[in-house]
Amino acid sequence: MSGVTLSNVIKRYGQVQVIHGIDLEIADGEFCVFVGPSGCGKSTLLRMVAGLEETTAGRMSIGARDVTHEDPAERGVAMVFQTYALYPHMTVAENMGFGLRMNGHPKAEIREKVAEASRILKLDDYLKRKPAALSGGQRQRVAIGRAIVRGPEVFLFDEPLSNLDAELRVEMRVEIARLHKEIGATMIYVTHDQVEAMTLADKIVVLRAGRIEQVGAPLDLYRDPDNRFVAGFIGSPAMNFLEGTVRNGAVEVPALGRAVPVPVRLPPEGTTVILGLRPEHLGLVEGDESFTVELTEALGGVSYAYLVAGNGERIIVEERGDQRSRPGRRVGITFEPERAMLFDAQTELRLR
Amino acid sequence: MSPIFQGILTIIIGVGGCIGYFYFSNLILDRVIFPARGEKAGRNINRANQVRPWLFLFPAIFALGLYLAYPVVGSFWRSLFNRSGDEFIGLGNYATLFASESFRTALFNNMLWVLFVPAASTFLGLLAAQLTDKLSWGSIAKSLIFMPMAISFVGASLIWKFVYAFDSDIGLINAIRDGLGADSAVDVLQIPFWNNFFLMVILIWVQTGFAMVILSAALRGIPEETIEAAILDGASPFQLFFKIKVPQIMGTIVVVWTTITILVLKVFDIVYTMTGGNFDTEILPSYMMKFMFRDDGQATAVAFVIMLVVLPVMIWNIVQARREMR
Repeated sequence: MSGVTLSNVIKRYGQVQVIHGIDLEIADGEFCVFVGPSGCGKSTLLRMVAGLEETTAGRMSIGARDVTHEDPAERGVAMVFQTYALYPHMTVAENMGFGLRMNGHPKAEIREKVAEASRILKLDDYLKRKPAALSGGQRQRVAIGRAIVRGPEVFLFDEPLSNLDAELRVEMRVEIARLHKEIGATMIYVTHDQVEAMTLADKIVVLRAGRIEQVGAPLDLYRDPDNRFVAGFIGSPAMNFLEGTVRNGAVEVPALGRAVPVPVRLPPEGTTVILGLRPEHLGLVEGDESFTVELTEALGGVSYAYLVAGNGERIIVEERGDQRSRPGRRVGITFEPERAMLFDAQTELRLR
Repeated sequence: MSPIFQGILTIIIGVGGCIGYFYFSNLILDRVIFPARGEKAGRNINRANQVRPWLFLFPAIFALGLYLAYPVVGSFWRSLFNRSGDEFIGLGNYATLFASESFRTALFNNMLWVLFVPAASTFLGLLAAQLTDKLSWGSIAKSLIFMPMAISFVGASLIWKFVYAFDSDIGLINAIRDGLGADSAVDVLQIPFWNNFFLMVILIWVQTGFAMVILSAALRGIPEETIEAAILDGASPFQLFFKIKVPQIMGTIVVVWTTITILVLKVFDIVYTMTGGNFDTEILPSYMMKFMFRDDGQATAVAFVIMLVVLPVMIWNIVQARREMR
């Protein structure tokens, strides 16, 4: 068994604490994704698991072994970097076999493992080339191959697709998912792209400012976020937030010009709350004139209408089919009250 | 006329002449030779643009030709004549050179210098660059190692003359020997064969700083991730240095190496100041100096031999430097 367990893991640079006590359990064979905005500490946390950053306090174990202060090479992890980090002076085959060579494995075994990895990643034709003669996608495949050859217990990916163009990114995303299915090892994957997180993960860890905001399966986070941050981060386009006040057992929303009967246990009368509405749960209606269409983005299958309310609040509505709203039109929105989420305006916690 | 005034006047004439040349030659090209008007305006503009680079390059080409290309040909021609320059003797000077014992010693010593100095300077420079890289006082250490670069070879030789001095009250080496209880002082510059290396140490001392500065910049240019990847791959610090870092800066190492090699083939001041070429420490440049103004035929022949030796190294150097820039 080679799950990863972090207990109260802390990272400090001098006086500045950047990771504030992370507790996390990643099961054997699980695909775990760390997401969060830039500077949230997701890469730092991954590098701590790799051993490239020292852990200031707390405990970290891989399988049953305590690896908190172990050398990176002893941890049984392999890492794939955003910039590929291939050794430019070595061929693809040498790059992939470097780790085994350093650990004194016999040549025949290295050749066999490199051949196996190159078969999985379809790199057979490139084994004799240097990294400079490869495209970005091929380089990243070599970097993944280098990780596979070492046969690690845990794979670490540090934003591996960020340097690729959009089309290739989708392709590689599928490839990584396939790879995980094929070798079944534990994988930790860092990204700021919530689409990658949603599509790849068994478990998503949403981080903000060195703290875990929420952990859960992708759809659980989407359907049932614990707070406004997670609700806004998961889902694309992001969830709309409108300010409201609790009045007479419903939420009065100035932007909508009406009260919404959200079916949750409401806080006391007069409390300010935030109403969360996903763009895909909204529809446009005629007759109501509370919003003005600012612009629309047509993506083919769907289009997004950017609306601005009379009080200046903005929301996005997803339109399906051939219906397109012209900018400048005045419209209203409709939705099922059960789909709406309510957040405390002060603590930003979800009201259930 | 006071020297200061003379100097200022020279600068004004020189700089003004340059500006004037570019301005007026350009003006003549555009207005008189290929004027941009009339029927052939378009063609004239194209022609003027084709001529312009050569117009601007001309002063440099002319000066380099006069002071570099002509002397090469001129020296070779002179080396085919006898001592006074009035009798053509073909390759006689070269034959005399290769027959002479002292020339062969100089050539052999020069080979030693070419092998040893660049290798030692580059190696020590690389070592210094790597060791000072992550140190808090690394930049102070680097400045100290770099400082000899600012000293002229003659100055450096004088400093080392003190280090090698026979008198144990002055000479560091003999002071150490004295402290260890040696009976008599030695003059290290008179120890056969090894005295060459004592002279080389001076040049290594000067050039290590140069190698260190360039290689330190190259080391910093290595992507941090490749090093981290190698750490994860289980490379030891030694393997990290020799298998990941050094190969990635190989191009720079070669450039530094060949640059110092070329310098070594030109150095004569150290030998001239330290031993005057005595005790079998002669190298080609100092050997050439021996003949200068006494037998110009022989001197130019030595100069030509030096050039032939430098040439391949220089071509190699330029090729490598260009590849680095790409």
